[in-house]
Amino acid sequence: MSPTALPPRRGTYPPSFRTMSSARSSRSILPGFGLSLGFTLAYLGLIVLVPLSAAFLKTAGMGLHEFAAVVASPRVVAAYKLSFGASLAAGFVNMVFGLVVAWVLVRYPFPGRKLVDALVDLPFALPTAVAGIALTSLYSSNGWVGRWLAPLGIRVAFTWTGVFVALTFIGLPFVVRTVQPVLQELEPDIEEASSTLGANRLQTIVRILIPQLMPSLLTGFALAFARALGEYGSVVFISGNMPMRTEIVPLLIITKLEQYDYRGATAIAVVMLVSSFVLLLLINLLQKWSRRYHAI
Amino acid sequence: MSIEAHSLYKKFGAYTALDGVDLNVPQGKLVAVLGPSGSGKTTLLRIIAGLEFADPGSGRVLFHGDDVTDLPAGKRRVGFVFQHYALFRHMSVFENVAFGLRVRRRRDRPSREAIAERAHRLLELVQLDGLAGRFPSQLSGGERQRVALARALAVEPKVLLLDEPFGALDARVRKDLRRWLRRFHDEIQLTTIFVTHDQEEALEIADEVVIMNKAHVEQVGTPQQVYDRPASPFVYQFLGNVNVLRAPALAGARRRGGPAEDPNTEGQIYVRPHDIEVSPHDAGGSGLSAIVRHIHAAGPHARLLLEQVQTREQVEVEISRSELADLDLGVNDLVRLRLRQSHSFDEDYAI
Amino acid sequence: MASAIATALPARPGHAPTPRANRDPAWARWLLTAVALAFLAFFLVLPIVVVFAQAFAKGGAYFLAAVREPDALAAIRLTLLTVAIVVPANVVFGVAAAWAISKFKFTGKSLLTTLIDLPFAVSPVIAGLIYVLIFGAQGWFGPWLIAHNIRVIFAVPGIVLATTFVTFPFVARELIPLMQAQGTDEEYSAVTLGASGWQTFWRVTLPNIRWGLFYGVILCNARAMGEFGAVSVVSGHIRGETNTMPLHVEILYNEYNIAGAFAVASLLALLALATLVVKSAVEWRQTGSA
Repeated sequence: MSPTALPPRRGTYPPSFRTMSSARSSRSILPGFGLSLGFTLAYLGLIVLVPLSAAFLKTAGMGLHEFAAVVASPRVVAAYKLSFGASLAAGFVNMVFGLVVAWVLVRYPFPGRKLVDALVDLPFALPTAVAGIALTSLYSSNGWVGRWLAPLGIRVAFTWTGVFVALTFIGLPFVVRTVQPVLQELEPDIEEASSTLGANRLQTIVRILIPQLMPSLLTGFALAFARALGEYGSVVFISGNMPMRTEIVPLLIITKLEQYDYRGATAIAVVMLVSSFVLLLLINLLQKWSRRYHAI
Repeated sequence: MSIEAHSLYKKFGAYTALDGVDLNVPQGKLVAVLGPSGSGKTTLLRIIAGLEFADPGSGRVLFHGDDVTDLPAGKRRVGFVFQHYALFRHMSVFENVAFGLRVRRRRDRPSREAIAERAHRLLELVQLDGLAGRFPSQLSGGERQRVALARALAVEPKVLLLDEPFGALDARVRKDLRRWLRRFHDEIQLTTIFVTHDQEEALEIADEVVIMNKAHVEQVGTPQQVYDRPASPFVYQFLGNVNVLRAPALAGARRRGGPAEDPNTEGQIYVRPHDIEVSPHDAGGSGLSAIVRHIHAAGPHARLLLEQVQTREQVEVEISRSELADLDLGVNDLVRLRLRQSHSFDEDYAI
Repeated sequence: MASAIATALPARPGHAPTPRANRDPAWARWLLTAVALAFLAFFLVLPIVVVFAQAFAKGGAYFLAAVREPDALAAIRLTLLTVAIVVPANVVFGVAAAWAISKFKFTGKSLLTTLIDLPFAVSPVIAGLIYVLIFGAQGWFGPWLIAHNIRVIFAVPGIVLATTFVTFPFVARELIPLMQAQGTDEEYSAVTLGASGWQTFWRVTLPNIRWGLFYGVILCNARAMGEFGAVSVVSGHIRGETNTMPLHVEILYNEYNIAGAFAVASLLALLALATLVVKSAVEWRQTGSA
């Protein structure tokens, strides 16, 4: 976890703050290092790393032309556009409303706040297929919400909007849960300092609070975006799955698999995997950045 | 600019922070508000700053005779330095100092160049000009403290308020910085109030000390006044060590003709360890007999722990080391004590 | 009666009053609270309410029939079987990984921590796909498996593997920060007092991490029971054989048996609500004892 380079010694005892002085011995007296690390690496390798490398090896055997032909075909490009576009939009909406929800939960006590706070994690806990059919039922033209939108000419189910709604649902907890602790730990005196220096409330929010929350806001956004990109269960029911229009990338992968087009499916997947890894890297960098702020 | 506060009351739920507090700080003075934690001193400072408001219907706060009671903090032109500095950690030192000028309304805002010039001049004043580009996380505690001071001064405050300004620093830096603050105050001559729980700090640098306890002001005076003539048992005990002795025991212990001669033999007598004179027991009839129980000779002064023969009360005495050498004392020796200066707080005893 | 310095101090007030400078105007508080609650009502409350409303739309008898039907029972059994394999496996892994990472110092630790999080960044569909590439008929081991008449894909082993992948990080993620924060002092004390490695783990480490571990297990369990995308790819959707509960929901829904689909879905929704309750209870306990 620590960003500093660790000396290349195995099995030594990490110097924690409390025991800095007692960390002289170069060998740990705690047993089980070999066993626990060995098992960890073996399990990680067998369950995660080897299977993931299969996807890359499969595409490596494809040749650049075939690969490009698959991922640049109009149907695939349309799916990428939909997945990235709707995920970005949902992440952005979650960033705005997630900030408001976190703000209200931390700053404004109201009856039932604990219940609301617990409910925020629902999209993490609710199986995606259940979320999918529930949202479809709500937003179809005779659903509880859809029937009020239909007369206004707004169709949600089986359109881009439906994909967007489902992705907003599953990304909802991320921003709230990354911003909330930061907001909680923000000392009130920086806001007071700002006001004694003559800033009004809006200036304090825009110049002091938002910048200090920015790393966590962006982290939450990136997490929500990454989750939305790969989401399948909550989307397939509400999207209608029309090729070129409401077909998300994960669905396209399944479609290719069902047609036994393993190479096509894998090529599409590799592009998604690379995007995800880049996002993961970005999220790690964001977290390092936010730690710098909290070094005081 | 003078600061006045009249009969301030403040309650937080069932807890009373201020119970009718008055304060008068003359123009250009450095005043310490001293008290134990929970005494209401920080609340008083925050009400003066406008960060907190006194209970409705109570009290006024006046700056130079102008009523500012209902003005919000941003409009009072106060420089406030927070205990933990409250620096904006996403801004450089320079941006922190410039903040107060940058958030002004356009017509009041100095030009970009004027802001930069002023910020650099202030950083020079607090001896940090080389660190303008650093972020707060890259500074030491003492440096952060001075950035906070420069930031507070940038808005050209009419008064400067410091909340436990040295509380978060380690002992050495603390001493250096408080002397520096005194010199700094003499240079800029800004009416300043600082809150502290450290009596040594208050007595060393303040022109005047306001001692608070349990939501009340106990005493106001120069450091010498409050130390030499404490107005209450609390102040006596809060400012340095004191012996509390039962008065009857002292009937014969006073120096004849001394100023503290007191016919009242009831109640308690307060006497500081260094106001007690020790002499060999056979020297004369007057004074208090006591037995030496312990001698601490390490340090600049010698401290004796004695037991009064009559009442078995413990008495602490501080004498110079040369006096100790002259007396040639050992544990369990019998000595005679005389009080040079003492104090009683019985109801009929007026100060 | 001896010399005294400052006497006992009055206790500080228990609550921190909101200072005025930080307080937003009443209209702003009301507006923001209303916006936040409306947003949550729309996106969280409505979906969960509609699940139960639809589940009982045709009455309690229909509901009972739908969840007692043989295919539904088979799906429930398969889901429980999967969980019974996946959760213990990931617990053992999580504890081992947290032990190695939090109690020892070694090169590449931060890389290892990142790799453990990797499955969270991978689409569940891709998690299924990679196992098809290895164990599928056209996969690396496909011909060998067919020759020996072993079925992985479109069978229970595939479902277990894919579920293990997507729930891989849950336990480790809960334990690593917790055990890092707790340091090694207590384990050191135990070892210097003569405890063996296992004794140290069972008597010192485990009691300290039991709530974090419990929470990790709950999250892992919820995700394992509800996983859809990854399992969908490897299951083959054979009714009564390779359908887990979420897959059974999908089939019923696609057959326009809406009430039946929601009846089974409501069981999964109950599981989600129970997970939230346990989570809140564990958090409440942790902040209470901290």
